[in-house]
Order: sequence, then structure tokens, then C-alpha cells
Amino acid sequence: MIDVKHLKKSFNDLEVLSDINETIDEGEVVVVIGPSGSGKSTFLRCLNLLETPDSGEVWVDNEQINVPGVDVNRVRQKMGMVFQHFNLFPHLTVMENITLAPVKLGKMTKEEAVKKGKELLATVGLSEKADAYPAQLSGGQKQRIAIARSLAMEPEIMLFDEPTSALDPEMVGDVLDVMKKLAKSGMTMVVVTHEMGFAREVGTRILFMDGGLVMESGTPEQIFDNPQNERTQLFLSKVL
Amino acid sequence: MALFASFQDDFIKCFIKDDRYKLLLSGIGVTIKVALLAAILGIIIGFLIALCNLSKKKGLNLIGKIYTDIIRGTPSVTQLMLVYFVVFASVRWEKWVIAAIAFSINSGAYVSEIIRAGILSVDKGQTEAGRSLGLNAKQTMMSIVVPQAMKNIFPALGNEFITLIKETAIVGYVGLVDIQKAGDFIKSATYKPFLPLFGTAVIYFVLIKLLTIGLAKIEAGLRKSDVR
Repeated sequence: MIDVKHLKKSFNDLEVLSDINETIDEGEVVVVIGPSGSGKSTFLRCLNLLETPDSGEVWVDNEQINVPGVDVNRVRQKMGMVFQHFNLFPHLTVMENITLAPVKLGKMTKEEAVKKGKELLATVGLSEKADAYPAQLSGGQKQRIAIARSLAMEPEIMLFDEPTSALDPEMVGDVLDVMKKLAKSGMTMVVVTHEMGFAREVGTRILFMDGGLVMESGTPEQIFDNPQNERTQLFLSKVL
Repeated sequence: MALFASFQDDFIKCFIKDDRYKLLLSGIGVTIKVALLAAILGIIIGFLIALCNLSKKKGLNLIGKIYTDIIRGTPSVTQLMLVYFVVFASVRWEKWVIAAIAFSINSGAYVSEIIRAGILSVDKGQTEAGRSLGLNAKQTMMSIVVPQAMKNIFPALGNEFITLIKETAIVGYVGLVDIQKAGDFIKSATYKPFLPLFGTAVIYFVLIKLLTIGLAKIEAGLRKSDVR
């Protein structure tokens, strides 16, 4: 579903991604872990071209997307993204946040989008917030709305960029529950997170990144119980 | 009592006799017409120049920069006269429309900086969220960034509109009779400088005060999504 070949990315003189080669199959829940500055978020942002790779190839559904002439907007419509800081649109109500893209992009009529929006709000447990503005919500509620907003486009893949890092501890559980539900429904997910419990429980595969490289990849059992790489061992000894 | 009687005398002479108040009233009309059209055109010009300045294309950047530099570097009276007597010399539009165009060209340069700052004040994450949903750059700008920028822009834009109203007091230079020119005429006709000029000042003040109140109401409306 997603194929990444020899992906490289630098910011000025700082090399963030050295050489990433990775394949993500349909239905996988790939959890990316690693120390700060290891390139996890940049890797994720290269998948929907919010960052433009310096070199290498990104393929989505057997189509290379980082070449001129590709309609990036069309590709992004099938890749939802959830951000660390939610990035809800503060001038719109919750329902308007959810329906904006499907209606603007002609995917649904206004009525269909609202119907879909209601379903999604029920899924994330926030039906009563349809007419609220983002400023009236807690962090955890904002993030669940952000997830609903992405799902409104009916994406094939969901990308999560540290979705719980900006939340108060008591809010984290609600957001993770929504993500678990989503994983159970068979959604293909790539999740950058520091939540090791979530990684172990929900992830079908763990990528450990360090220094712009994927150092180790395997099932949660392999990575958490029996890490092979020295850097993985060191990292896990600090966070577990 | 004598003082009051002479004041009453002057007042009648300046504002009532020969229907002089009508001159002032029509002056108010001219000022409002010119300022309103100039503000609307100025916002359109300002928005386009702001987009030029924010663009990644070097050519557009240059156009925006040159425009802003020239307008800011020359007096508005000179610009008004150039537009009126040179650029539109052979165009027989109504005087007030040409004057409004001149003021909009001037105002656009200042408005462009206001709009540019307003757009830059919107968090980059908003653009990323819009683009990640599959909206293109223009859709993201128009339905996500600009509405939020409006809230930040609005107070400064209101300020610019107030400045614009006062700036139009120079339209007498191209033969229009606005509030200022009407007051000036009355002064010349009566040889009484105080009341006509004081009256002119009062009219401008009231006009701008009313505008300020209106702007505050609209701003409160724009902030309704901030309510917690």
C-alpha cells in the first residue's frame, strides 16, 4: 500500500532522514517509536508530502507520488492525518470542521456530510459537541474531533503524528480508545507515538527509528521483549 | 448676552444663510462616496498585492515590493493629482470615481501590509491540516486561512478606513467639493474662519465616531468563535 525507497530528507545542513526503506501493507498498524529528533515525524510527513523528500521514492497504491505531475491533493484525500496540536479550524463549529473537506471537494453533498459527521461524532463519543467551537473543547475532545474530521474523507490510510503528546494525562486514554477502535475496524495506520502501552497492544508492527534510520522492525513481542539492536535496547530501557 | 447674539449671528451667516448647510451636506455625501469606494477597491488591491508579496514566485514578489515602495514613498496629494490629471486625463468618468481610484491605489499599499501580516499570523498547522485533507492551496487559503486572518486584520483595517476618510480631505485639489472644501468655501464667502472650520472638524469627528462604533460591533461578531 505504501512503499518507501531510499527516502532522504535534510533541513539545511541537518540530515533528518538518512535512508529509509519501508513497506506498509493494507491493514497494518505500524507504530513508529524512537528518541526525539530521530526523524519519526519527518518520515510520517513525507508519506503525504507535507515534507518534500530530497531524494528517494514514495509510492502509494502502486503510484509514485513524489514526482512532478502527480495531483498531490487527490493522493492526500485517501490519507488522513492527525496532528500533535490537533489543528482544528477555530473559526468553524465541530460539525463544520468535519464537513468542510468532503463538501468542498465534492465528495459528498452537505446533507450526506452532516449525516456522516453525526455517525463519526457518535463513534468518537462526542455527539453533543456538534455545534460547539473548538475553543470550548478540552484537548482530548479536540483530538477526537480531529480524528473524526480526517475520517470524514473516508481515507484508506490514517497517519498519526504524536496524537497524545500535547494532552493532559487523563485525556490520553479517550484518544487511544478511539484509535484502538479504528485499528480493530481494519484501518491501515501509521502512528508516531511515545505511548509504549498502545504500541504493544495495538501495533501489528513496530519500527524503531534513530538517527534518521529504521534501526529495527518487528512485532511488538520481538521489539519489546527481545530487542536485537543495541540502540533499541538502550531506548527501551529508558522508556519502559 | 452680546457674545451669544454675535455667535448666533455668525452661525446663521455660516450655516443657514444661502442654504450653506446644503453645501456641507453634499460635501458629506462626496466624502463618504469617495472613501467607501476607495476602501472597497483598496481592500481588493491590497489582497492581490499581499498575495504577490507572500508568493514564492520572485517576479510577483518584485511587483508587490515596487508597488508598496512607490506608494509609500510619495505624497498622496501627488498621487491623486497624477491619477486625475495624467492617468485619467482623457477618461470622462465622474470625478469622484477617479478620485476614489486614486485613493484606493494609495490605500491598497497599506492594506496589503495589513493583510500580509494577518495571513502570516495564522498558524502554519492550519494550512497543513487543510492540505492534509486534500484541499488545494487556494481552497485552504480561502476557506481556512483568510477567515481566521480576517479576525486579526479587522481592527487594523478599520484603522486604515478611518485614515482613508481623513485623507480624502485633499480631493479639493481635483475640484471635488467634499466636507473640507465645503467648509473652505463657506469660510471664503463669509470671512469667518472659526465656525466653518470648526464645523468641518465636528462633522469629520462624528462621522468617524459612528464608524468606530459600527466597526466595534462587527468585530464582536467576528469573535464569536472565541467564546469559551
